Order: sequence, then structure tokens, then C-alpha cells
Amino acid sequence: MNTIGVPIDIRLPLTDEAVASLRAGMTVRLTGPCYTARDAAHKRLVEMLDRGEELPLPLRGQCIYYVGPSPAPEGKPIGAAGPTSSYRMDAYAPRLLALGLKGMIGKGARTRPVLDALRREKAVYFGAVGGAAALLARHITASGLIAFPDLQSEAIRLLTLEGFPAVVLADSYGNVFPEAQA
Amino acid sequence: MREISCAALQAAVTELFLKANREIAPDIRQAMEAARDAETSPAARYALEQLVDNYDCAREDGLPICQDTGMAVLFAEVGQEVHFTGGQFTDAVNAGVREAYVRGLLRKSVVADPLFDRRNTLDNCPAIIHASIVPGDRVRLLAIAKGFGSENMSRVGMLTPSAGEQGVFIYIVETARLAGPNPCPPIVVGVGIGGDFEQAALMAKHATARPLGQRHPDPRYADLENRALDAINALGIGAAGYGGLTTVLNVAIESAPTHIAGLPVAVNICCHASRHAETTL
Repeated sequence: MNTIGVPIDIRLPLTDEAVASLRAGMTVRLTGPCYTARDAAHKRLVEMLDRGEELPLPLRGQCIYYVGPSPAPEGKPIGAAGPTSSYRMDAYAPRLLALGLKGMIGKGARTRPVLDALRREKAVYFGAVGGAAALLARHITASGLIAFPDLQSEAIRLLTLEGFPAVVLADSYGNVFPEAQA
Repeated sequence: MREISCAALQAAVTELFLKANREIAPDIRQAMEAARDAETSPAARYALEQLVDNYDCAREDGLPICQDTGMAVLFAEVGQEVHFTGGQFTDAVNAGVREAYVRGLLRKSVVADPLFDRRNTLDNCPAIIHASIVPGDRVRLLAIAKGFGSENMSRVGMLTPSAGEQGVFIYIVETARLAGPNPCPPIVVGVGIGGDFEQAALMAKHATARPLGQRHPDPRYADLENRALDAINALGIGAAGYGGLTTVLNVAIESAPTHIAGLPVAVNICCHASRHAETTL
């Protein structure tokens, strides 16, 4: 299954059926709402969970994009917006997956605990091409601040994706693309 | 004595960081297009096509090539006949960086305290400045916008003399293997061999800005560069880590005298965009 084929259109938030249909190595075009969060926001979210507080974003069925965009020029919803390295979120991701998070978009390899959580919680990890930040920005049609404005580029935002190009790097069956990364 | 105003220095620094972040260097673009055209893996080709298209998207939309517009690193070779007027050198460099990142809508990625507060400085300052005094009355500036996806994958190894050429070769290739897909391959690899702990790292950072294809003047080091290049490409990590033919665009080594007990090796990894720009005042 590890070949790049014709991209499949996937709506966000992800349904269980959509997650079940995805296999590592498939190319997709993602359309719909997606939250941003990276290192500092993940740390705060998990600290809020530790304190028993309600999170500023819903997790069930949702997708998180690991991105810290550059500032938006006037008239555009967002600046350059490519993925950051996902492994830095591995310490936090299984906790969010257990609360219903269904998708993550980033770049690079994940560690075993995250791959195991994807299989256990029936979720999926998408890769966007690292460094294709201006191209990817063309597939983001809206951006609004949700939480942690003091974190600047690391604040949590709600994006609207439109045909956002990605590859399934790890699916809900334990498959990884490329296989060498398993 | 030649006078250079701090205002001129500041303006030059601003222009360098804007250029480095917005315009892909011609040698890098050419290498990426060649990698795309040669690629036999459909997945790696998919990634390389996006990366080459991205250069045009950035130019057309007035965006930086990558959202991680880096920490601002400046190498300044200052001629000893130069006198800076109307301000202070470090302040002028930081003012230039501030102007580029704030006015140029580049991402502010610097936190003031690394361990406890991690509060954003809001202007991407302070810059990391490596100034050296050289003969003459010119100032040569090399600006590197260094992203941390690749910086985090870099290593310094305090090898000892018995490790020899093979030990250095293995250390370079192993660094690229451990980095895998994380530093945004195809990567550019800068290597510093010799000196001490920090000089090795400085040489490695400086070497990442060498024009592609230019080899070390000593044929023995040039051969090591070529062998490391081939070995890293043979790892098969490929563009974006999707597999394929091209994992590395260049391996550039700088070398320096070292201690009788040591063989320091630093490997600084840079992403495929290798954002740098230079000028002479």
C-alpha cells in the first residue's frame, strides 16, 4: 500500500469511517476545520488536564496541525504555514488521542507510544511536506485565534483547510509510511 | 581608517535576512529541480514537486519560503581598518534583525529564557553574532536564518585521534541517519573537523553556507566530502523522508588545527532551503 496514488478527498472533522478507510502511504486532500497547536500549547493543554480544567478546544473527532505560522500579510488569512517536527509532541499526543483526538498533521517520524496509541484509539497521523510552507498556506482559507495569544505563533488557532495536500504517515492499523520508519 | 555608519550596517543586515528568508538561492533551486527530475520514487517526487513549486508560491504571495524563519545568525568578518560610527556594532545588528522580522512579517521564534520562562522576545532578537577581525577595510556579512527542525538534529562529537578518517566518516553519516526525516531532507550538511569544542561547531555552521558543489581545497577532505555525500544518499531517507534518491544536497567540511589529544567533529544539519545571504560593505 506504500505508494503515492491519486489523492483522496477527506472531510474534517474525521469520522470513524474515514479513519478506517485510510492506509499509510495514501495521499489525501483535507478539507474542513483543523486546530493548530505545537510545543508550548501542548504543554499547557496537558497541564490543564492535570488540574482537571476544561480545554479551550474540543478534541473528539478533531484534527491538530503542528504549525506555528509566520504573520499573515494584509488581506491573507495566514502567513507561511508548513508543518513542524512531530516527535516533539510525542510526550503529549497519547493523552490527547485518549480523549478522542482523531488526526494529527506534522512532519517526520513518531515514536512507538504514539504509533501504539493510533492503533488503540483508532486515529491517524498525516504528513505535510516540511518546508512547503507558502504552497500549504494556499490551502488554508481562514484562521481564528482560539487560545493562548501570549504564545504568539504558538497560540491555538482554528483553521479552515481546503484541499490541503497530505500523506498518511501512520494509520489506525499500525502501518507506517515509509515502512523503514516503523 | 574607513568609516562605516551603524545605520548602513543595520540596513544591510535587514536586507540580508529578508532576502535569505524570501528568495531561494539559485544553486539550491537548481539542485532541487535536478533532484525532482531525477527522482524515481513517486513519493519523493511528490515532495520535491511541492518544494520547487513552493519557491514560486512564496514569491507570488509575498511570504517567506518556510514558516520557521529561524534564529538570526550573523558571521561578520570585520576589517581592522574599519571604524563603526554613529552607534554600537551589536545594537546595529540587532536593530537590523528586528526590522527584518517585524516589518518583513517573518516569524518571531526566539524565547528570552531557554529553560524556565520561555517568553517570546517578540522581535527575534538577540541575533547570534560571530565577529572576527581580518585584514583590510571591508566588512563581509554572512546571514543565516537557521531553522530548528534541522538544528535539533545536529551533533558535536569529541572523537580521539585513533578514530581517524573512518571514525569521522561514520560520525557524519550516522548523524544524518539518526536525523532521518526530521530536518526536512534533502539536507545540507556542514562539518567542522578540528579546533576545540566550540570552534568545530562554528566551522560546521559556517560550512552550511558554502556554494553547492564547491569542494574543500585539500583533495583528501574533498574526497571525504564526496564519500559522505554518497553514503548519506544511500541511506534512502529521501525528500521529506518519503524515500528516494536524494537525501543530501551537499556535504561541506571546514578543518582547523587541533590538540594532540583530540579530533573534534561537529555536524550541523540544514534543511533543503539552506537560507543564507551575504554582502560586503
